[in-house]
Amino acid sequence: MAGSEQNKIPQPLWLLAELTYACPLQCPYCSNPVEMASVKNELSTGDWLRVLREARKMGATQLGFSGGEPLTRIDLEELITEARQLGFYTNLITSGIGMDEKRIKAFKQAGLDHIQVSFQASSEELNNFIAGTNTFEHKKEMAHLVKKYGYPMVLCFVLHRKNEDQVKDILELSIALEADYVELATTQYYGWAYHNREQLLPTKSQLANAEKIAKEYQKKMEGKMKIYYVIPDYFEDRPKKCMDGWGNVFLTISPDGTALPCHAARQLPGLEFPNVRDHDIEWIWNESPDFNKFRGTSWMKEPCKSCDEKHKDLGGCRCQAYMLTGDATNADPVCGKSEFHEELHSDVDRIGKLAGDEKFEAKPLVFRNMKNSKNFTAKKTPETV
Amino acid sequence: MLKDDTDKGIGLEVIPSIAATHRLQWEEAQNCHVILYPEGMVKLSPSSAEILQLCDGRKKIKMIVNELQEKFTETDLENDILNFLEVAHSNGWIRTK
Repeated sequence: MAGSEQNKIPQPLWLLAELTYACPLQCPYCSNPVEMASVKNELSTGDWLRVLREARKMGATQLGFSGGEPLTRIDLEELITEARQLGFYTNLITSGIGMDEKRIKAFKQAGLDHIQVSFQASSEELNNFIAGTNTFEHKKEMAHLVKKYGYPMVLCFVLHRKNEDQVKDILELSIALEADYVELATTQYYGWAYHNREQLLPTKSQLANAEKIAKEYQKKMEGKMKIYYVIPDYFEDRPKKCMDGWGNVFLTISPDGTALPCHAARQLPGLEFPNVRDHDIEWIWNESPDFNKFRGTSWMKEPCKSCDEKHKDLGGCRCQAYMLTGDATNADPVCGKSEFHEELHSDVDRIGKLAGDEKFEAKPLVFRNMKNSKNFTAKKTPETV
Repeated sequence: MLKDDTDKGIGLEVIPSIAATHRLQWEEAQNCHVILYPEGMVKLSPSSAEILQLCDGRKKIKMIVNELQEKFTETDLENDILNFLEVAHSNGWIRTK
């Protein structure tokens, strides 16, 4: 078995329940697969209840209800109730669309621990443009209600070239909404974001400025509001320990029951990925070939194999290695030791130089919606407006 | 906001409680107590768990010290307990009144 150099397979502490790919928003950096329209057959309430019980038995503690927009599932209250009774710390990761006071109250009664609300920007105009819907005012109302009902609140802002200069306003908005935590989440270039990366990748000067402001506010708000800020790894020389290791902490169950070591892994070729309809979580996590495939370090080839940092970063991200080099067993090209590293950085530089150019910026984003997804699946050029 | 201006910091006369944003819980699979918070978890040593279980929003820290000294028949736990509660407080696990 690939993980055999480890004494013991770790526990899946984090269960991400992607309840659905349905979502009223159309964010062009969505982490859902671009082929999402071809994923049919959502798990039933009964299937999810079984998944929750099995994962909890395996030691899972943190549970994220995500999507798509999880609020589109009318059984969400029932799933929260069961999850809380099982002892999960229950996180609802939402756009806020589909929420109202009645539902927030019902979630509280069901035992929901925490709500994370996403915003697309600090201004109404940009927020609504990126989300592809008029949602900004509703999001603010929902954030007020989340606090009114005593939940800890995380506000999540995905950063990219179009909103990176708003970081100060974003943090002021977060203070005004009384957020407990703010995630200045860097766009991860998978799925829709990968397709739109020329329009989304921030410039180096934008990043330097955003980092400076984030640090100022981290100091100013110490103890009151926790601010998470991470530099996008495209700009780095050392790769991240992606998902804290393949099959090490995270277990994602996608809407149709496919179990994944991370929500982007579905795209990797040569992997089937087990389904919770056919197998229990214990077999999937411990025994399935796919969860063992990149576990530990024995799958590695050079330059990872002999690298003295291989236990620290585990070779970086498998999906990024595949997307940028065509081979998932290569080192993540973020790594300075990767033969593809120069190519990545020169591409980043190329985009950086073009940023701001009127013609370059005029290229439209491909928004995340089922119509564009169907075009991707049919290998047609997606509609760009 | 995690902490408002009414928080009293750490001292023998203040009353600590687990922060509303956090949850203290026994984890069978880990064989230890843990602190849970949005998207995160910290495993606790047995002594840390003993202290936090007494942070119930009713007892002053000096009462917690007395109770633990009695339970473990020790006389010099005050500094250790205060030091740990300082850490717990600065991590946002507890708040005080």
